[in-house]
Amino acid sequence: MLDLALKGRPRYWIWLSFLITMIIIGFICWMREHHVGAALTTGLSRDVSWGFHVGQLTFFVGVAASAVLVVLPYYFHNYKIFGRIAVIGEFLAVGCVLIAMLSVFVIMGQPSRVWNVILHPTPHSIIFWDMVVLITYLSLNLLCGWTILHAEKKSAPPPKWIKPFIYWAILWAPSIHTVTAFLYAGLPGRPHWMTALQAAHFLATAFAAGPSLLIILSMIIRKVSKFDPGQQAINKLAEIATYALIIHLFFIGLEFFTAFYSQIPDHMAALKYLYVGYEGHTGMVSWMAISTLLAFTGLLIFIFPPLRKWNVTKLIGALCIFFSIWMDKGFAFVVSGFIPNPFDKVTEAWIALNEFLVAAGVWSVGALVITVLYKIAITVKEKAVFDKYGHKQIVD
Amino acid sequence: MITRRDFLKISAFASLIGLGGSLSIEALEKKQGPQVLKDLKALKGKRWAMAIDTRKFKTQEDFDKVIKACHKAHNVPEIMNPLHEVKWIWTEDYEHSFPGTAEHYISKEVKERKFLLLCNHCDNAPCIRVCPVKATFKREDGITMQDMHRCIGCKFCMAGCPYGARNYNFLPPRDYIKELNPEYPTRMLGVVEKCTFCNERIDRGLLPYCVEASEGKIIFGDLYEPNSEIRKVLAENIIIRRKVELGTQPMVFYII
Repeated sequence: MLDLALKGRPRYWIWLSFLITMIIIGFICWMREHHVGAALTTGLSRDVSWGFHVGQLTFFVGVAASAVLVVLPYYFHNYKIFGRIAVIGEFLAVGCVLIAMLSVFVIMGQPSRVWNVILHPTPHSIIFWDMVVLITYLSLNLLCGWTILHAEKKSAPPPKWIKPFIYWAILWAPSIHTVTAFLYAGLPGRPHWMTALQAAHFLATAFAAGPSLLIILSMIIRKVSKFDPGQQAINKLAEIATYALIIHLFFIGLEFFTAFYSQIPDHMAALKYLYVGYEGHTGMVSWMAISTLLAFTGLLIFIFPPLRKWNVTKLIGALCIFFSIWMDKGFAFVVSGFIPNPFDKVTEAWIALNEFLVAAGVWSVGALVITVLYKIAITVKEKAVFDKYGHKQIVD
Repeated sequence: MITRRDFLKISAFASLIGLGGSLSIEALEKKQGPQVLKDLKALKGKRWAMAIDTRKFKTQEDFDKVIKACHKAHNVPEIMNPLHEVKWIWTEDYEHSFPGTAEHYISKEVKERKFLLLCNHCDNAPCIRVCPVKATFKREDGITMQDMHRCIGCKFCMAGCPYGARNYNFLPPRDYIKELNPEYPTRMLGVVEKCTFCNERIDRGLLPYCVEASEGKIIFGDLYEPNSEIRKVLAENIIIRRKVELGTQPMVFYII
């Protein structure tokens, strides 16, 4: 099937060339960091030792996990509406897991020693488990998506042996994000991260941001190809994102209550820093204000059925939710865990240009893989014309 | 009848299993721990601990002597920017050494005192728990060791340490060493380093550099030995530790 990715219109090749250029730029920037040191090439410091890249790991693991939202209803409950979009979700997960794994890889100060993680397996370290679950999830989604698409290409039902792998992937999705939450939630000196709610909160944000991205991608697919993932499927995704967003906002409220009713200074500090500033340090306040504003704009659009269903406002709403959560989970959440530092002093952090370009390279790797996989899936579906329920899946 | 395709599949799986099996047998056979003869003069202890008599540190010179002894001997790079500095032992005021437990109405003299901070060699160290490659690990005598040559630079231990005792090499460290001590290894870019209670000296029967340079202001000994000097000073004085509420069991005590 891979040959299907080798034929495309000029715009397909222009897009791929752009991504490859970004990957090369990112690679050069990454090399530069290892040449001159992270002091000049990242916004990190002795006090804030994790930042943008770890944020990207956290965010994109979530987006990857959210593939379960189309996979579970379709394969487990035979929810026909998600029949066409399931593979789109699975391939999105493949690209996003790749982004997540590369985001961890680029934080390594000594990348050549990274094999030590396998050479000296350490089950009491969460990073070890993160590696295990992410590699497994990547393989499962690639296997399931590819096999089922291959069956569709041959107009045959999917082989029976794939079923256990699908169920495994369904169970695995929440696990990968739980493990990501455990990176943070078990550290004794970081009160902002140390909440039992962490994994649940991560899943809530993932299930809002993931479907939002899937909505955006489905709309792009409809625009650039004849394949239609289905209006009903897109509408359903918007509904799911609405519920998840509400749960996310509710969880923020819970964090505020626990911190401010208990009045424990350590628990209030980071929340103050994020939303109003802490001891005169206001570096993240406008960032979080934008994130919050986007969240409520998204909520406002998605909570009213006419706005949620109209594709123009749906797209705006999905973009709002996606970027709101990306700003929060992809950076603010990580940095605020380090504030204040162990000496009750504040060192702020920002994103350096070099660091951003490395991240852009990492996103481009993910985008490249997703593009190629989508190209294959779309070509197969365009040729099949009808989905397995006999509905026309292409628009002329 | 086995087809050619099936045969290839089966042999691929079989070779994978074989490979995995041989790797795991190798791992099981590997002997644990270093195979090195111990120095007969090595200090013997079950749980090394340190008591810093903060009353006895009077002048800046008292601190400088201790810090310089350590940093010079361990080739600690001298980086001026506090964002990226590397420090194994340093000073901090009362309020910021003990955030959360510092007493507002304590004597002015204590408030103005400086405190020596270093790795606490926690009995229950979070940094060891989080390290994915065992680059930081516990020695039998309680030292929280740091292998700067195995460290992959993931910085998880820096998030894990509640005491800010860990340093990442944000800048090429060898460029910032003024006077090189050829007897101690230097580090490279992108690894984490910290105080190791001078394990290299303990193993040769010597006390840590800071203890030696303090001229009696820092007491070092075996906490599990009831008749040791450190147990005596801990029993006879008012002592505090940093963030005991976290359950990390820090092994550095401050005599107030």
